[in-house]
Amino acid sequence: MHGYAYVVAGWLVLVGALGIVRSRHLVHAIVSLSVVQSGTYVFLLAVGYQWNVPAPIFTSRSAVTRAVVDPVVQAMTLTDIVVSAMVTALLLALAVQIEKTHGTVDPDRLRALRG
Amino acid sequence: MTRTVRLVVFGLGGAALAVLFALALLRMPPFGTADHPYRDLAVAAAAAHQTGNAVSSVNFDVRGLDTLGEEIILLGSVVGAATLLRPARDESERREPRGGRVLDSTALLCWVLLAVTTLIGIDVVVHGHLTPGGGFQGGVVLATGLHLLYLAGSYPALRRLRPLSWYQWGEGVGAAGFAAIGVAGTVAGGAYLANVLPLGTLGHIASAGTVPLLSLAVGVAVTCGTVVLLAQFLTQELRITRRE
Repeated sequence: MHGYAYVVAGWLVLVGALGIVRSRHLVHAIVSLSVVQSGTYVFLLAVGYQWNVPAPIFTSRSAVTRAVVDPVVQAMTLTDIVVSAMVTALLLALAVQIEKTHGTVDPDRLRALRG
Repeated sequence: MTRTVRLVVFGLGGAALAVLFALALLRMPPFGTADHPYRDLAVAAAAAHQTGNAVSSVNFDVRGLDTLGEEIILLGSVVGAATLLRPARDESERREPRGGRVLDSTALLCWVLLAVTTLIGIDVVVHGHLTPGGGFQGGVVLATGLHLLYLAGSYPALRRLRPLSWYQWGEGVGAAGFAAIGVAGTVAGGAYLANVLPLGTLGHIASAGTVPLLSLAVGVAVTCGTVVLLAQFLTQELRITRRE
Protein backbone atom coordinates (compact mmCIF):
# COMPACT_ATOMS: atom_id res chain seq x y z
CA MET A 1 0.00 0.00 0.00
CA HIS A 2 2.90 2.37 0.66
CA GLY A 3 3.34 4.89 -2.11
CA TYR A 4 0.31 3.57 -3.99
CA ALA A 5 -0.80 7.20 -4.54
CA TYR A 6 2.44 7.93 -6.46
CA VAL A 7 1.66 5.08 -8.84
CA VAL A 8 -1.85 6.50 -9.39
CA ALA A 9 -0.30 9.91 -10.15
CA GLY A 10 2.12 8.44 -12.70
CA TRP A 11 -0.68 6.38 -14.26
CA LEU A 12 -2.93 9.47 -14.64
CA VAL A 13 -0.15 11.42 -16.39
CA LEU A 14 0.60 8.57 -18.82
CA VAL A 15 -3.00 7.66 -19.57
CA GLY A 16 -3.89 11.33 -20.12
CA ALA A 17 -0.97 11.73 -22.50
CA LEU A 18 -2.10 8.60 -24.35
CA GLY A 19 -5.54 10.21 -24.63
CA ILE A 20 -4.00 13.31 -26.25
CA VAL A 21 -1.98 11.18 -28.69
CA ARG A 22 -4.98 9.06 -29.74
CA SER A 23 -7.43 11.97 -29.80
CA ARG A 24 -9.83 12.40 -32.70
CA HIS A 25 -11.52 15.48 -31.25
CA LEU A 26 -9.92 18.64 -29.86
CA VAL A 27 -12.28 18.77 -26.85
CA HIS A 28 -11.30 15.17 -26.08
CA ALA A 29 -7.62 16.22 -26.25
CA ILE A 30 -8.30 19.15 -23.88
CA VAL A 31 -10.07 16.87 -21.37
CA SER A 32 -7.16 14.41 -21.64
CA LEU A 33 -4.82 17.28 -20.74
CA SER A 34 -6.97 17.86 -17.62
CA VAL A 35 -6.42 14.19 -16.73
CA VAL A 36 -2.64 14.71 -17.01
CA GLN A 37 -2.94 17.74 -14.73
CA SER A 38 -4.98 15.70 -12.21
CA GLY A 39 -1.97 13.40 -11.96
CA THR A 40 0.07 16.35 -10.69
CA TYR A 41 -2.56 17.11 -8.03
CA VAL A 42 -2.48 13.53 -6.76
CA PHE A 43 1.33 13.59 -6.74
CA LEU A 44 1.55 16.87 -4.79
CA LEU A 45 -1.02 15.77 -2.20
CA ALA A 46 0.73 12.40 -1.82
CA VAL A 47 4.05 14.16 -1.13
CA GLY A 48 2.50 16.07 1.77
CA TYR A 49 0.51 13.20 3.26
CA GLN A 50 1.01 11.82 6.74
CA TRP A 51 -0.88 8.84 8.17
CA ASN A 52 -3.53 9.46 10.86
CA VAL A 53 -3.26 13.25 11.15
CA PRO A 54 -5.97 15.87 10.40
CA ALA A 55 -6.14 18.68 7.83
CA PRO A 56 -4.01 21.82 8.51
CA ILE A 57 -6.92 23.81 9.97
CA PHE A 58 -6.69 25.14 13.52
CA THR A 59 -9.48 26.61 15.64
CA SER A 60 -9.35 28.65 18.83
CA ARG A 61 -10.15 25.47 20.78
CA SER A 62 -7.60 23.11 19.24
CA ALA A 63 -3.96 23.66 20.04
CA VAL A 64 -1.71 24.44 17.07
CA THR A 65 0.25 21.26 16.42
CA ARG A 66 2.71 20.20 13.75
CA ALA A 67 0.94 16.85 13.35
CA VAL A 68 -1.13 17.83 10.30
CA VAL A 69 -0.78 17.08 6.59
CA ASP A 70 1.50 19.48 4.69
CA PRO A 71 -0.32 22.79 3.88
CA VAL A 72 2.42 23.89 1.45
CA VAL A 73 1.66 21.23 -1.16
CA GLN A 74 -2.07 21.80 -0.67
CA ALA A 75 -1.59 25.50 -1.49
CA MET A 76 0.48 24.49 -4.55
CA THR A 77 -2.30 22.12 -5.64
CA LEU A 78 -4.76 25.01 -5.41
CA THR A 79 -2.51 27.13 -7.63
CA ASP A 80 -2.19 24.18 -9.98
CA ILE A 81 -5.98 23.80 -10.25
CA VAL A 82 -6.51 27.52 -10.93
CA VAL A 83 -3.88 27.61 -13.65
CA SER A 84 -5.12 24.41 -15.27
CA ALA A 85 -8.70 25.72 -15.29
CA MET A 86 -7.48 28.85 -17.08
CA VAL A 87 -5.46 26.79 -19.58
CA THR A 88 -8.55 24.68 -20.26
CA ALA A 89 -10.65 27.83 -20.84
CA LEU A 90 -8.12 29.25 -23.31
CA LEU A 91 -7.80 25.94 -25.17
CA LEU A 92 -11.57 25.57 -25.42
CA ALA A 93 -11.79 29.10 -26.87
CA LEU A 94 -9.11 28.13 -29.39
CA ALA A 95 -11.04 24.94 -30.26
CA VAL A 96 -14.18 27.04 -30.94
CA GLN A 97 -12.20 29.28 -33.29
CA ILE A 98 -10.51 26.33 -35.02
CA GLU A 99 -13.90 24.75 -35.66
CA LYS A 100 -15.04 28.01 -37.26
CA THR A 101 -12.04 28.58 -39.49
CA HIS A 102 -11.22 24.98 -40.44
CA GLY A 103 -14.62 23.32 -40.17
CA THR A 104 -13.19 20.37 -38.26
CA VAL A 105 -12.04 19.52 -34.74
CA ASP A 106 -10.20 16.33 -35.66
CA PRO A 107 -6.49 17.01 -34.99
CA ASP A 108 -5.53 14.63 -37.82
CA ARG A 109 -7.40 16.76 -40.36
CA LEU A 110 -5.79 20.00 -39.20
CA ARG A 111 -2.84 20.07 -41.55
CA ALA A 112 -2.55 23.48 -43.14
CA LEU A 113 -2.09 26.75 -41.32
CA ARG A 114 -4.85 29.16 -42.24
CA GLY A 115 -5.42 32.74 -41.11
CA MET B 1 3.09 11.17 -39.13
CA THR B 2 0.47 8.43 -39.22
CA ARG B 3 -1.46 7.36 -36.14
CA THR B 4 0.47 4.09 -35.85
CA VAL B 5 3.87 5.81 -35.96
CA ARG B 6 2.65 8.35 -33.44
CA LEU B 7 1.45 5.60 -31.08
CA VAL B 8 4.77 3.76 -31.37
CA VAL B 9 6.72 6.95 -30.60
CA PHE B 10 4.44 7.62 -27.64
CA GLY B 11 4.78 4.01 -26.47
CA LEU B 12 8.59 4.29 -26.41
CA GLY B 13 8.53 7.69 -24.68
CA GLY B 14 5.81 6.66 -22.23
CA ALA B 15 7.63 3.44 -21.30
CA ALA B 16 10.88 5.35 -20.74
CA LEU B 17 9.05 7.91 -18.58
CA ALA B 18 7.38 5.12 -16.58
CA VAL B 19 10.74 3.44 -15.92
CA LEU B 20 12.40 6.71 -14.86
CA PHE B 21 9.42 7.60 -12.66
CA ALA B 22 9.53 4.18 -10.98
CA LEU B 23 13.28 4.57 -10.38
CA ALA B 24 12.67 8.01 -8.87
CA LEU B 25 9.94 6.63 -6.60
CA LEU B 26 12.33 4.01 -5.21
CA ARG B 27 14.57 6.82 -3.94
CA MET B 28 11.71 8.95 -2.54
CA PRO B 29 11.24 9.38 1.21
CA PRO B 30 8.67 6.83 2.47
CA PHE B 31 4.99 7.73 1.99
CA GLY B 32 3.00 9.20 4.89
CA THR B 33 5.74 9.63 7.47
CA ALA B 34 6.03 12.49 9.98
CA ASP B 35 9.03 13.97 8.16
CA HIS B 36 7.76 17.20 6.50
CA PRO B 37 10.21 20.09 7.00
CA TYR B 38 8.18 22.59 4.92
CA ARG B 39 5.04 21.65 6.85
CA ASP B 40 6.78 22.43 10.15
CA LEU B 41 7.83 25.89 8.90
CA ALA B 42 4.42 26.66 7.34
CA VAL B 43 2.49 25.65 10.46
CA ALA B 44 4.78 27.79 12.62
CA ALA B 45 4.26 30.75 10.24
CA ALA B 46 0.46 30.27 10.31
CA ALA B 47 0.45 30.13 14.11
CA ALA B 48 2.66 33.22 14.36
CA HIS B 49 0.16 35.22 12.29
CA GLN B 50 -2.94 33.78 14.01
CA THR B 51 -4.22 32.15 10.82
CA GLY B 52 -6.51 29.17 11.44
CA ASN B 53 -6.36 27.83 7.87
CA ALA B 54 -2.69 27.05 7.25
CA VAL B 55 -3.35 26.68 3.50
CA SER B 56 -4.62 30.27 3.31
CA SER B 57 -1.63 31.37 5.36
CA VAL B 58 0.68 29.82 2.76
CA ASN B 59 -1.28 31.29 -0.17
CA PHE B 60 -1.94 34.82 1.06
CA ASP B 61 0.80 35.43 3.62
CA VAL B 62 3.92 33.33 3.09
CA ARG B 63 3.81 33.27 -0.71
CA GLY B 64 1.43 36.13 -1.46
CA LEU B 65 3.58 37.25 -4.39
CA ASP B 66 2.97 33.91 -6.13
CA THR B 67 -0.74 34.37 -5.61
CA LEU B 68 -0.50 37.81 -7.22
CA GLY B 69 1.14 36.10 -10.20
CA GLU B 70 -1.65 33.53 -10.26
CA GLU B 71 -4.18 36.35 -10.14
CA ILE B 72 -2.52 37.96 -13.16
CA ILE B 73 -2.54 34.62 -15.02
CA LEU B 74 -6.28 34.52 -14.37
CA LEU B 75 -6.75 38.08 -15.63
CA GLY B 76 -4.62 37.37 -18.70
CA SER B 77 -6.42 34.20 -19.65
CA VAL B 78 -9.87 35.79 -19.24
CA VAL B 79 -8.77 38.64 -21.53
CA GLY B 80 -7.28 36.08 -23.93
CA ALA B 81 -10.43 33.96 -24.08
CA ALA B 82 -12.59 37.07 -24.54
CA THR B 83 -10.36 38.21 -27.41
CA LEU B 84 -10.46 34.79 -29.07
CA LEU B 85 -14.25 34.57 -28.81
CA ARG B 86 -15.06 38.02 -30.28
CA PRO B 87 -17.58 37.85 -33.11
CA ALA B 88 -15.64 37.50 -36.36
CA ARG B 89 -16.19 39.76 -39.38
CA ASP B 90 -18.70 37.44 -41.00
CA GLU B 91 -20.69 36.91 -37.82
CA SER B 92 -23.39 38.95 -36.16
CA GLU B 93 -24.73 39.03 -32.64
CA ARG B 94 -28.44 38.47 -32.08
CA ARG B 95 -30.18 40.43 -29.35
CA GLU B 96 -32.08 37.50 -27.90
CA PRO B 97 -31.42 33.79 -28.19
CA ARG B 98 -34.00 31.27 -29.33
CA GLY B 99 -36.39 30.47 -26.48
CA GLY B 100 -36.43 27.06 -24.86
CA ARG B 101 -38.79 25.33 -22.45
CA VAL B 102 -37.97 24.49 -18.85
CA LEU B 103 -40.14 22.63 -16.33
CA ASP B 104 -41.54 24.89 -13.59
CA SER B 105 -40.13 22.57 -10.92
CA THR B 106 -36.63 22.86 -12.44
CA ALA B 107 -36.90 26.63 -12.55
CA LEU B 108 -38.08 26.80 -8.90
CA LEU B 109 -35.26 24.52 -7.75
CA CYS B 110 -32.71 26.67 -9.57
CA TRP B 111 -33.99 29.90 -7.97
CA VAL B 112 -33.90 28.30 -4.49
CA LEU B 113 -30.43 26.89 -5.11
CA LEU B 114 -29.26 30.29 -6.42
CA ALA B 115 -29.90 31.79 -2.96
CA VAL B 116 -28.28 28.84 -1.16
CA THR B 117 -25.22 28.76 -3.44
CA THR B 118 -24.67 32.51 -3.19
CA LEU B 119 -24.73 32.31 0.62
CA ILE B 120 -22.32 29.34 0.62
CA GLY B 121 -20.02 31.18 -1.79
CA ILE B 122 -19.91 34.30 0.37
CA ASP B 123 -19.33 32.13 3.46
CA VAL B 124 -16.43 30.30 1.78
CA VAL B 125 -14.78 33.60 0.70
CA VAL B 126 -15.25 35.45 4.00
CA HIS B 127 -14.08 32.58 6.25
CA GLY B 128 -11.14 31.64 4.03
CA HIS B 129 -8.64 32.34 6.80
CA LEU B 130 -10.50 30.22 9.37
CA THR B 131 -12.01 27.21 7.65
CA PRO B 132 -11.28 25.34 4.40
CA GLY B 133 -11.89 27.68 1.48
CA GLY B 134 -10.79 31.14 0.42
CA GLY B 135 -11.11 33.54 -2.45
CA PHE B 136 -10.44 31.10 -5.28
CA GLN B 137 -12.84 28.40 -4.11
CA GLY B 138 -15.61 30.78 -3.02
CA GLY B 139 -15.25 32.85 -6.19
CA VAL B 140 -15.85 29.81 -8.38
CA VAL B 141 -18.89 28.83 -6.26
CA LEU B 142 -20.36 32.35 -6.61
CA ALA B 143 -19.73 32.61 -10.35
CA THR B 144 -21.09 29.19 -11.25
CA GLY B 145 -24.00 29.64 -8.85
CA LEU B 146 -25.07 32.73 -10.78
CA HIS B 147 -25.43 30.55 -13.87
CA LEU B 148 -28.22 28.59 -12.20
CA LEU B 149 -30.30 31.42 -13.67
CA TYR B 150 -29.41 30.11 -17.09
CA LEU B 151 -30.41 26.56 -16.10
CA ALA B 152 -33.70 28.03 -14.85
CA GLY B 153 -34.34 28.89 -18.48
CA SER B 154 -34.06 32.60 -17.99
CA TYR B 155 -31.24 33.89 -20.14
CA PRO B 156 -32.76 37.41 -20.15
CA ALA B 157 -32.83 37.34 -16.32
CA LEU B 158 -29.22 36.18 -16.30
CA ARG B 159 -28.33 39.09 -18.57
CA ARG B 160 -30.20 41.60 -16.40
CA LEU B 161 -28.64 40.30 -13.18
CA ARG B 162 -25.26 40.12 -14.78
CA PRO B 163 -24.38 43.50 -16.28
CA LEU B 164 -21.18 42.26 -17.85
CA SER B 165 -19.36 45.60 -17.71
CA TRP B 166 -19.65 45.60 -13.90
CA TYR B 167 -18.00 42.21 -13.77
CA GLN B 168 -15.27 43.33 -16.14
CA TRP B 169 -14.57 46.22 -13.79
CA GLY B 170 -14.90 43.94 -10.77
CA GLU B 171 -12.21 41.64 -12.05
CA GLY B 172 -9.80 44.52 -12.50
CA VAL B 173 -10.70 46.05 -9.14
CA GLY B 174 -10.11 42.70 -7.39
CA ALA B 175 -6.69 42.24 -8.97
CA ALA B 176 -5.77 45.90 -8.35
CA GLY B 177 -6.98 45.60 -4.74
CA PHE B 178 -4.64 42.67 -4.19
CA ALA B 179 -1.71 44.64 -5.62
CA ALA B 180 -2.70 47.75 -3.58
CA ILE B 181 -2.73 45.78 -0.30
CA GLY B 182 0.76 44.64 -1.27
CA VAL B 183 1.88 48.26 -1.78
CA ALA B 184 0.34 49.18 1.59
CA GLY B 185 2.54 46.44 3.08
CA THR B 186 5.59 48.05 1.48
CA VAL B 187 4.74 51.46 2.91
CA ALA B 188 3.86 50.29 6.42
CA GLY B 189 5.98 47.17 6.83
CA GLY B 190 8.94 47.60 4.51
CA ALA B 191 8.19 44.58 2.31
CA TYR B 192 5.73 43.98 -0.52
CA LEU B 193 2.62 42.14 0.77
CA ALA B 194 3.95 42.32 4.35
CA ASN B 195 1.25 41.38 6.86
CA VAL B 196 0.96 44.78 8.56
CA LEU B 197 -2.57 44.72 10.03
CA PRO B 198 -3.28 43.76 13.67
CA LEU B 199 -3.24 39.96 13.85
CA GLY B 200 -6.10 39.41 16.32
CA THR B 201 -6.78 36.02 17.90
CA LEU B 202 -6.71 32.71 16.06
CA GLY B 203 -10.21 31.52 15.19
CA HIS B 204 -11.87 34.97 15.28
CA ILE B 205 -13.29 36.54 12.13
CA ALA B 206 -10.97 39.55 12.57
CA SER B 207 -7.68 37.69 12.69
CA ALA B 208 -4.70 36.85 10.47
CA GLY B 209 -4.06 40.50 9.45
CA THR B 210 -4.15 41.00 5.68
CA VAL B 211 -5.05 37.37 4.86
CA PRO B 212 -8.87 37.82 4.86
CA LEU B 213 -8.57 41.07 2.85
CA LEU B 214 -6.37 39.45 0.21
CA SER B 215 -8.72 36.47 0.13
CA LEU B 216 -11.65 38.84 -0.41
CA ALA B 217 -9.83 40.65 -3.23
CA VAL B 218 -9.13 37.30 -4.89
CA GLY B 219 -12.74 36.27 -4.32
CA VAL B 220 -14.01 39.39 -6.15
CA ALA B 221 -11.53 38.91 -9.00
CA VAL B 222 -12.26 35.19 -9.42
CA THR B 223 -16.04 35.65 -9.27
CA CYS B 224 -15.99 38.41 -11.86
CA GLY B 225 -13.35 36.73 -14.02
CA THR B 226 -15.24 33.43 -14.15
CA VAL B 227 -18.53 35.21 -14.92
CA VAL B 228 -16.89 37.13 -17.79
CA LEU B 229 -15.27 33.93 -19.07
CA LEU B 230 -18.47 31.86 -18.98
CA ALA B 231 -20.36 34.77 -20.57
CA GLN B 232 -18.04 34.61 -23.59
CA PHE B 233 -18.82 30.93 -24.13
CA LEU B 234 -22.56 31.43 -23.57
CA THR B 235 -22.71 34.36 -26.00
CA GLN B 236 -20.79 32.30 -28.52
CA GLU B 237 -23.29 29.48 -28.27
CA LEU B 238 -26.53 31.42 -27.97
CA ARG B 239 -26.26 34.72 -29.74
CA ILE B 240 -23.65 34.58 -32.46
CA THR B 241 -24.71 33.50 -35.93
CA ARG B 242 -22.77 33.49 -39.13
CA ARG B 243 -24.10 35.93 -41.70
CA GLU B 244 -25.28 34.16 -44.83
